[in-house]
Amino acid sequence: MPKTIAEINEKISKGQAVVVNAEEVIDIVKKKGVAKAAQEIDVVTTGTFGPMCSSGAYFNVGHTKPKMKMGGGKATLNDIPLYTGLAAVDLFLGATAIPDDDPRNKVYPGHFNYGGGHVLEDLLAGKDVKFSVSAYGTDCYPRKKLDTWINMNDMNQATLFNVRNAYQNYNIAVNASDKMIHTYMGTLKPNLGNANYCSAGQLSPLLNDPHYKTVGIGTKIFLGGGIGYVAWQGTQHAPSSLRSENGVPKRGAGTLAVIGDMKQMSSKYLVGTSFVGYGCTATVGIGLPIPILSEEILQYTAVTDDEIYAAIIDYSDAYPNFKPDILGEASYGQLRSGKIEVGGKELPTASLSSYSKALEISNTLKDWILKGDFTLTDPVAPIAGAEDGVTFKPLNERPIKDA
Amino acid sequence: MAFSKRVVLRFPRSLVHQPIVSRLIKDYSLDFNILKALVNPKEEGLLVMELMGKRSDFDKAIAYLTEAGVETEPLSRVKRNEERCTQCGACVSMCPTGAFVVDEKTRGVLFDDAKCIACELCLLVCPPRVLELTV
Ligand code: SF4
Ligand code: SF4
Repeated sequence: MPKTIAEINEKISKGQAVVVNAEEVIDIVKKKGVAKAAQEIDVVTTGTFGPMCSSGAYFNVGHTKPKMKMGGGKATLNDIPLYTGLAAVDLFLGATAIPDDDPRNKVYPGHFNYGGGHVLEDLLAGKDVKFSVSAYGTDCYPRKKLDTWINMNDMNQATLFNVRNAYQNYNIAVNASDKMIHTYMGTLKPNLGNANYCSAGQLSPLLNDPHYKTVGIGTKIFLGGGIGYVAWQGTQHAPSSLRSENGVPKRGAGTLAVIGDMKQMSSKYLVGTSFVGYGCTATVGIGLPIPILSEEILQYTAVTDDEIYAAIIDYSDAYPNFKPDILGEASYGQLRSGKIEVGGKELPTASLSSYSKALEISNTLKDWILKGDFTLTDPVAPIAGAEDGVTFKPLNERPIKDA
Repeated sequence: MAFSKRVVLRFPRSLVHQPIVSRLIKDYSLDFNILKALVNPKEEGLLVMELMGKRSDFDKAIAYLTEAGVETEPLSRVKRNEERCTQCGACVSMCPTGAFVVDEKTRGVLFDDAKCIACELCLLVCPPRVLELTV
């Protein structure tokens, strides 16, 4: 102690590294104490598998003959619109995109059966999807119309690029109104009828490295069943949000932007997802390895569900109206017991993020490292911490007056 | 011969106030559990029951119900696509009969389709939509 990432990688390549998941580490630290456990353990693996809306992928589909400038035109995959504001045959698909003719919430609540996240899943499952493009035609790119089947193998590049994933903690959603509401946190029954939450808690990547001491730009991770990298801090990264004495955020805080080659990923860990009355998204699997470089870093990974708190928020009023009010706090230990108390009432709880799949991901990453297939990377730059004064501001509206 | 089957009975308005169910006990020696009962605004009745007794008596009872003008059908159940289920748990607090349970140890979401009364509440709530009604 202290170790370096190079030393840990050396042990990994010799098959001597000691790797445990973020659940196992809790008991080890309890039994052996931090000092001894930090000597022994080299890597702690984390995992999360939950709906993550700011996900998407960019594709290079190759040129048609004659060539076609899809950029600036209209393109869809299985009727889901792609973003075409890039070069001739580069396209971006967002997880929340829905068909132009989806009825949305016209008949409330809309079902949102198929969207961008489902296309990503279908591509990963090796399916053919319908690719339709119309373009305006230029002298160098004359073709105007294309309808073809396409699959993952046909793409030159298919790169998953999620601008906000792995939220470090999240709200507990309830509904204090007298009407059922449909939100991105699921269906919430009236009069505080249920509470939905969405975090892997003690297994979640950033809750195990609360001050981003090991994770940074360039960190190699498990992404969607393949290998990915942390590209940047995620959008809405808010490291200065409220924290407990143990340093763990009690509100949504840090986020990661992640990138990886979709061709190695699996539909098992990237699943198209629908929220009735809200829209489509994708459930994404991420695993972050934490190198145990010091006792302090190990201590953070030993955090338990009982020590991680989240805010209970009324999604019928406080959330949509951007009010700061919270109805209380609950720990993930309480949430996982199946019920929490809000204002003297007992509410059944349900999770939108899968703990058992998060565990599966942390174990897969552990196996990769134990087998020597996955080594750790030194970040090339840190992501902003609480000390950097990065905040998540509301939009400052400045009305546009007629000239 | 112990036999049990879940059935959906639909009563037209004219039969809602008749003592039909009690005849199932008296005349056909069947035992029953009421899983769901409601009368809609048009005053038609819907009863979801589990009937228990002898197979032969059950068949006779169904014939009697049909004769009396009650529509009967076997209760459909929800089927889960195990492959796509993300084991999240969003269904757990929605199901009125507790058909979904979080396994204390693995934290996986167990589904007991025998408890399903086909209320359909979970179908749209499941984020990857892996629940489907089947007969
Ligand atoms: S809500 Fe759907 S995906 Fe989630 S555990 Fe239930 S059945 Fe599985
Ligand atoms: S249909 Fe109703 S009873 Fe059946 S599993 Fe779904 S919520 Fe439960």
